[in-house]
Amino acid sequence: MAEFLQFFFSGLTVGSVYALVALGFTLIYNASDVINFAQGEFVMLGGMSTVFLALGGIPLPLAALLAIVITTAVGLALHRFAIEPARDATAVSLIVITIGASIFLRGVAQVIFDKRFHSLPPIFGSEPLRIGGAAILPQSLVVFGGATAIVVLLWLFIDRTLLGKAVIATAVNRLAARLVGIDTRRIVALSFAVSAAIGALAGVLITPLALTSYDVGTLLALKGFAAAMLGGIGSALGAVIGGLVLGMLEAFSAGYLSSKYKDAVAFIVLLAVLLAMPRGLLGRGKIERV
Amino acid sequence: MFHRTIGTAALGLAIMVATGISASAQIKIGAVLSITGPASFLGDPEKKTLEMYVDDINAKGGVNGQKLKLIVYDDSGDANNARTFATRLVEEDKIDAMVGGTSTGSTLAMIPVFEEAQVPFISLAGAIQIVEPVRKWVFKTPHTDKMACEKIFADLQQRHLITIAIISGTDAFGKSMRDQCVAAAPNWGITVAYEESYGPRDSDMTPQLTNIRNKASLQAVVNTGFGQGPAIVTRNYRQLGIDTPLYESHGVASKQYIELAGPAADGVRLPAAALLVAEKLADNDPQKPVVVAYSRAYQQRTGEAVSTFGGHAYDGLMILVQALQRAKGADRANVRDEIERTKGYIGTGGIVNMSAADHLGLDLSAFRMLEIKNGDWTLIPEAKS
Amino acid sequence: MNVQSLKAHRFAGLTIIGAIIVLLPAFFPSAYYYRVAALVLIFGLAAIGLNLLMGFAGQISLGHAGFLGIGGYSVAIGPTYFGTPPWLSILGGVALSGLVAFFVGRPILRLKGHYLAVATLGFGVLVTIILTNEAAWTGGPDGMTVPRLVLFAWRVHSAEAWYWIAAVTFLFGAMLALNLSDSPTGRALKAIQDSEIGSSMLGIDVARQKLAIFVISAIFVSVAGSCLALFNGHVTPDVSTFLRSIELVAMVVLGGLGSIGGSLMGAIVLVVLPQALTVLHEYEDMALGLILMGSMIFLRKGIVPSLTAMIGGRRT
Repeated sequence: MAEFLQFFFSGLTVGSVYALVALGFTLIYNASDVINFAQGEFVMLGGMSTVFLALGGIPLPLAALLAIVITTAVGLALHRFAIEPARDATAVSLIVITIGASIFLRGVAQVIFDKRFHSLPPIFGSEPLRIGGAAILPQSLVVFGGATAIVVLLWLFIDRTLLGKAVIATAVNRLAARLVGIDTRRIVALSFAVSAAIGALAGVLITPLALTSYDVGTLLALKGFAAAMLGGIGSALGAVIGGLVLGMLEAFSAGYLSSKYKDAVAFIVLLAVLLAMPRGLLGRGKIERV
Repeated sequence: MFHRTIGTAALGLAIMVATGISASAQIKIGAVLSITGPASFLGDPEKKTLEMYVDDINAKGGVNGQKLKLIVYDDSGDANNARTFATRLVEEDKIDAMVGGTSTGSTLAMIPVFEEAQVPFISLAGAIQIVEPVRKWVFKTPHTDKMACEKIFADLQQRHLITIAIISGTDAFGKSMRDQCVAAAPNWGITVAYEESYGPRDSDMTPQLTNIRNKASLQAVVNTGFGQGPAIVTRNYRQLGIDTPLYESHGVASKQYIELAGPAADGVRLPAAALLVAEKLADNDPQKPVVVAYSRAYQQRTGEAVSTFGGHAYDGLMILVQALQRAKGADRANVRDEIERTKGYIGTGGIVNMSAADHLGLDLSAFRMLEIKNGDWTLIPEAKS
Repeated sequence: MNVQSLKAHRFAGLTIIGAIIVLLPAFFPSAYYYRVAALVLIFGLAAIGLNLLMGFAGQISLGHAGFLGIGGYSVAIGPTYFGTPPWLSILGGVALSGLVAFFVGRPILRLKGHYLAVATLGFGVLVTIILTNEAAWTGGPDGMTVPRLVLFAWRVHSAEAWYWIAAVTFLFGAMLALNLSDSPTGRALKAIQDSEIGSSMLGIDVARQKLAIFVISAIFVSVAGSCLALFNGHVTPDVSTFLRSIELVAMVVLGGLGSIGGSLMGAIVLVVLPQALTVLHEYEDMALGLILMGSMIFLRKGIVPSLTAMIGGRRT
């Protein structure tokens, strides 16, 4: 039993990481139909900027805040200079643009930062909590809590504010949204900004656990994208659930099956789920024009 | 866009040709390193080291009165790119010798190019296949992973810990060393009772370590891997409260491991080059002057903790430079012969004695057994064998 | 423009490319240029394969480099463990890729858009994991040595020789692709791209056509992978990674979806550019990213179609 619990905690830890990245994918996709492969770089920028600002002498909480602000600015710049000019391009072209952006951001990180691994001090110390014979680090709970809090905040935003409703309107039908006076360009820019901020926050929270370096973005983007699709792209709750499920699959396969093939098991299950539920776990069906 | 590509390519070519023409009085050393990509943790210190010391040597007048020209290409950890750059170095840049090949995969992909072009190639990769079977033009400076295993096994034997588990990274470094350890274990009376593995970029290894913890009868755990993996394994190890002795590998390579693993690293043992404990060596240790000098210089000029991977690049360059000096020229066949005749070269990795049958030149004494105490390395007195 | 002149126009393009390929080596100062050019042609072949799937059938694959891996390792494993000569192993790779594409494609081609993208991504990742972990067969992360290709007792190993082999293979593949685009299958694919529901109402077996093109594209990429491995004499699992798949997608999209010449253009850019950008040292990735983004923003349809439109004077 203690064993099962330990695997569960591991899945929770890793899954929360994927959930936060997946949330970023979903937000941008919702507002603009763009799959932003640079999402992983937002996470990297959040973590690495905090590390380097702190090394430069800035107190840690301020460094984290600055890092999030900087990354948000990067997200806005990405939208303004790379996505906006190409807004009527095909989906595949936009994917290549975001891939180009991720390569560019990685290139910038190489030059500004360095090629080593870095960590940040955990918020609540590094003594593990012992629950039922298993040990979980407080930081894992912070990451999980962060993901949950963000989903709740997003839901409140969408449900309770006018701006939130404007975001939904843009997601459902852009043309109609513009017809009722919504500035869809601003909405899309907002979605990039918020995704970047979430990504950066994720980076700050994850780094005490998973370390960070200039190229963590690629693998995170891959897993985050898979998690977002698993949960059903377009649903924020789906993104979190997709992330947690992916993390759990990895942890339990590593624990009970084979650690060599844990990633393989996770992807096979992903494929199986998509074949059975082509819209993902919580994805909404789309009305298609013939 | 097409014009721009042609323009850039033409510009690039022009620069290459121009540098080629003006460089006829220089000794050209090529380096294909993994400066970006999954092996950048190894390639970056290698590049910094080579650049630093080529500059130093040139400032002091060069070798045999000629300046050195270092040409570095980044293969991003991809063997196909490495091969292309190797061809470029030989055909376009017309190098006199090559120090590089961060990973075994890149090295193996490049070996045919240098063997055919008859250019001396000093590799910076770990696997034993690079020098076994011996190839005429290929040498290497890093200890083989087989040596690391044997050093660990010697220590295990001394502590009477004979039933072990291995947890390895699925990257080339981790896997190669795991293979060597499994093969060598019977010769030392060690039984590898259980194995787990993890991806080199994974963030949590608690499932694997939980399984290891639950295996009764394990007396020690050996972790083979490099970069962030070992740091996370070590942290998770203590998080789970496992107190079975933990051994790391030489892939850990720098003080940063201790910083990242934190207090969890106390009590961990590993085989390492003397470079890591430079200041702590006995004053009469022949390696001390070399490693202290390199360690201080690297730290001062890059602001980063010294890395044994950078040390291998240092050794490779110095062995080449000394061979150039002995050969009194850059004739490739003579230089190759002189590299093979390297005797008593005291480097960061150990004391190198090469021969026609041994293109590495290190023995087990080149590794020191270290233990981490109070957040710092300490030397373990040598086992009497 | 009537159908006849359209056809002539297409094959004219191919003839011009063929002529350039034959004349270009006169400008090659050394084996390095032969090597880069051979790589361009090999990746160009792979890009054509992926273009058939993405440009003609309108599907997306983020895992096609998996077939590069299957093709590449076939020519390593065949001779090493089964004693089959390299040319036979290439065919073995083709058969294996075709089979895998058939069995994987059948279920996943039901998915659409980004869901298909992630499913193909999963496929590519799975291939990489198998190639990395099954070390007994594949040599693990360090890869395997690939014995040299022997054609009629001639041991092929120089870059010059491989340039000509790659050229012949590429031109043959391009011709096949052009013929395909003109055939009933090609026209069915274009109809499917416009509207799947509409074309199924016309009697087109959508699922079968999509599967057929998936298999054909896999075969193109597999042959390219075999050539790459035989050329290098060595193959590692990083030939099939996610990054390689992305590179292929970038080649196709950059060059122009649906344009055979575009695939070659995309291969030229993505193979030659990193070589040319080495002068920038650590700014290389930044430059590459900027160029990719810039090309996609300003040459929306890809290089070749955008340039053709500009030259042809038509605004699209």
